[in-house]
Amino acid sequence: MDELLRLENIEKSFPGVKALDGVNLRVAPGKVMGLVGENGAGKSTLMKVLTGIYKRDAGTLRYLGQECTFSGPRASQEAGISIIHQELNLLPELSIAENIFLGREKVGFLGHIRWKEMYRMADELLAKLGVTRTSRTRLGELGIGEQQMVEIAKALSFESRVIIMDEPTDTLTATETKALFSVIRELRESGHGVVYISHRLKEIFEICDDVTVLRDGQFIGESSVVDITEDALIEMMVGRRLEEQYPRVDVELGAVSLEVKDLTGPRLEGLSFFVREGEILGISGLMGAGRTELMKAIYGAYPKDGGQIFMGGKLLDIKTPGDALHAGIAYISEDRKADGLILGLSVKENMTLTALTEFCSGIGHIDQINERRAADEYIEAFNIRTPSRRQEVGNLSGGNQQKVAIAKGLMDRPKVLILDEPTRGVDVGAKKEIYQLINSFKSEGMSIILISSEMPEILGMSDRIAVMHEGRFCGEFTAQEADQENLMACAIGRARKEAA
Amino acid sequence: MSAAKNMSNGQKHSVSIKERLIQQKSLIALVVMIIIVSFLNPNFFTTGNILNILRQTSINAIMAVGMTLVILTAGIDLSVGSVLALCGAIGASLIAAEMPIVLAVGAALGAGALLGAASGIIIAKGKVQAFIATLVSMTMVRGLTLVYTDGRPISTGFTDVADAFAYIGTGYLFGIPVPIWIMAFTFAGAWYLLNHTRLGRYIYALGGNESATRLSGINVDTIKITVYAIAGFLSALSGLIVTSRLSSAQPTAGYGYELDAIAAVVLGGTSLMGGKGTIMGTLLGALIIGFLNNALNLLDVSSYYQMIAKALVILLAVLVDTKSKE
Repeated sequence: MDELLRLENIEKSFPGVKALDGVNLRVAPGKVMGLVGENGAGKSTLMKVLTGIYKRDAGTLRYLGQECTFSGPRASQEAGISIIHQELNLLPELSIAENIFLGREKVGFLGHIRWKEMYRMADELLAKLGVTRTSRTRLGELGIGEQQMVEIAKALSFESRVIIMDEPTDTLTATETKALFSVIRELRESGHGVVYISHRLKEIFEICDDVTVLRDGQFIGESSVVDITEDALIEMMVGRRLEEQYPRVDVELGAVSLEVKDLTGPRLEGLSFFVREGEILGISGLMGAGRTELMKAIYGAYPKDGGQIFMGGKLLDIKTPGDALHAGIAYISEDRKADGLILGLSVKENMTLTALTEFCSGIGHIDQINERRAADEYIEAFNIRTPSRRQEVGNLSGGNQQKVAIAKGLMDRPKVLILDEPTRGVDVGAKKEIYQLINSFKSEGMSIILISSEMPEILGMSDRIAVMHEGRFCGEFTAQEADQENLMACAIGRARKEAA
Repeated sequence: MSAAKNMSNGQKHSVSIKERLIQQKSLIALVVMIIIVSFLNPNFFTTGNILNILRQTSINAIMAVGMTLVILTAGIDLSVGSVLALCGAIGASLIAAEMPIVLAVGAALGAGALLGAASGIIIAKGKVQAFIATLVSMTMVRGLTLVYTDGRPISTGFTDVADAFAYIGTGYLFGIPVPIWIMAFTFAGAWYLLNHTRLGRYIYALGGNESATRLSGINVDTIKITVYAIAGFLSALSGLIVTSRLSSAQPTAGYGYELDAIAAVVLGGTSLMGGKGTIMGTLLGALIIGFLNNALNLLDVSSYYQMIAKALVILLAVLVDTKSKE
């Protein structure tokens, strides 16, 4: 069979860790190869070895039938291998065309840029991908989905044969994901080889022809997707069988803890809701519906124009996150690297940061013995895999980082815990552990507000689901009523079901 | 828990000797320098000269402590040299007016803290970049100093108060110059602050990730204002030592000292991006600069070449640091 790319027995070690140990990957023209594995399985390392960012210790790389080694991303891109990273590498202040041809501008003999030609070529590429914008548009005006299309256009402009997409749909809405998939299908049709890295197994089955599984830096297997079930794939990824993905617990509901009345703010239009003790309230909606803004407004980290927030019937005046925490409301951000954790600090220092005053004497002397004990308790209770509490959080895997972020929010013993996309970028095994943790908080009578873009997650975990659309609530469902279809219909603003 | 402990200890031990050496590179550089210069000039490694170096270093080292705190929050303070001059002048004029020494010193230190806090407020509340804000206060405070002194040195006079004041810069306690004691206490205090107090933890957190620190319910503005106030306070302390030593305040005192303080912090391995660094690193950085200055003098290197040599040492240190972090 004709192959574009074949990696065989790739090995790569870092001081103290064998990151890759005998990994294989092959990419054929006109095929989409899925690449899956838990966080830390070696997917990113493999891609870095492929594009020459890391030098491989052993193994062979054959591209278009020839054995080769790339000196760096530039070389591999010029040879025809493009990577579209999770975090897009684009410049928002430049036009689409300038982004596509950055560093390769079409210039005349005096060094001036031949704008017309550049715009024309860029427009052609955009048209091929079904993007209706002109290439003169400033990139910053585009949504994430369209920006990704620009990255793909850039890859095509290099006449790439192999296009690698690293978690491309993590930040996309359902519609954008659809558009992306139809582009991937076209790439396949035109004979490109695609490597599709994703946590979302549903997508693997939808878009990929074959799938390669890595675990702990080792090659576990490759299969055609028609020959494998989702359960079997998960088993290959985690090396054990996962039973019930969403272990539901039933808890007797208590009194109303948090109640929000008619909250308004930028892009928030009169939102009211409440949550009870021992209840998980799911907040569903598309990207940009205002879910995070609503929660941040409650938490004092986003401007409010009006509305009231009550806790146990008492009116609160929340101006800063400190006020919210004091009132017993903790918020755990969707973006743990930017807003949640301090990556350079240790596990312990992150965990106790919010509640540090509880470990301090009057003059601010930290009782380190108590602090260590508390950190160790959470490390054990949350099953956080870290060599020690002194480990820098940035060195942990995504799932363990998320557990530290949750521990940090819990250290203050909140009555209401707001979890914003708690399992984003978290691998399958750790996800289940996080669900179990959430359930145990629920059993203790905590009120939980869960924002999630993953339908199965929100359906599986919530007792009640409120759906947001363009800054408003447009429906509310009990766990029994809700299903993917009615939530989605509500989220895109089609159906309207008044809150009971 | 004990398993976790063992694991981490095991990891510590497995750190290779090479990595250990890289971690302690500042200390090694200092020791190597001392050994080489001792061979070249026998007057170098004598008690008298060492105490002399430490005393001279104390001015920069004390300012560098404040600078460390500021840089750990991912800020910078260019105004320390100007604050040193103005607070020295305030101290000198109050001593010359025969104000009780405690009040005079207190007023000068308080003025330093207020000047620092003012920069901090501009940075925190006005959302002005630290570089710009302190560039403004550096210029402003230097101007205030020239206005206050009328461009002339202020003598502390020949009173009993002035004699007592001179003890700060020239006195000895248990055979060790007073400025060295002040330096030691400043470092001990800063070490305690950074490693054992809430404020210290918040400083690292703020420098590591301001947004996350804010979302952790911490009042970020207060921390910023506090660190700049501490930096101003310590600049004033250095200013008093300089003034006391010379028995007069010079309007141009402390000119360019901010760069020496920053150099000491950077040599000590603290990241200008904030969130990473130690106070003991800064002590080593300040000592390297101090010993280097002295060694170059003893080796009869002209002061023009001294600057070039100092620049090369700093460049080398920063390059080694960058390489070892890769």
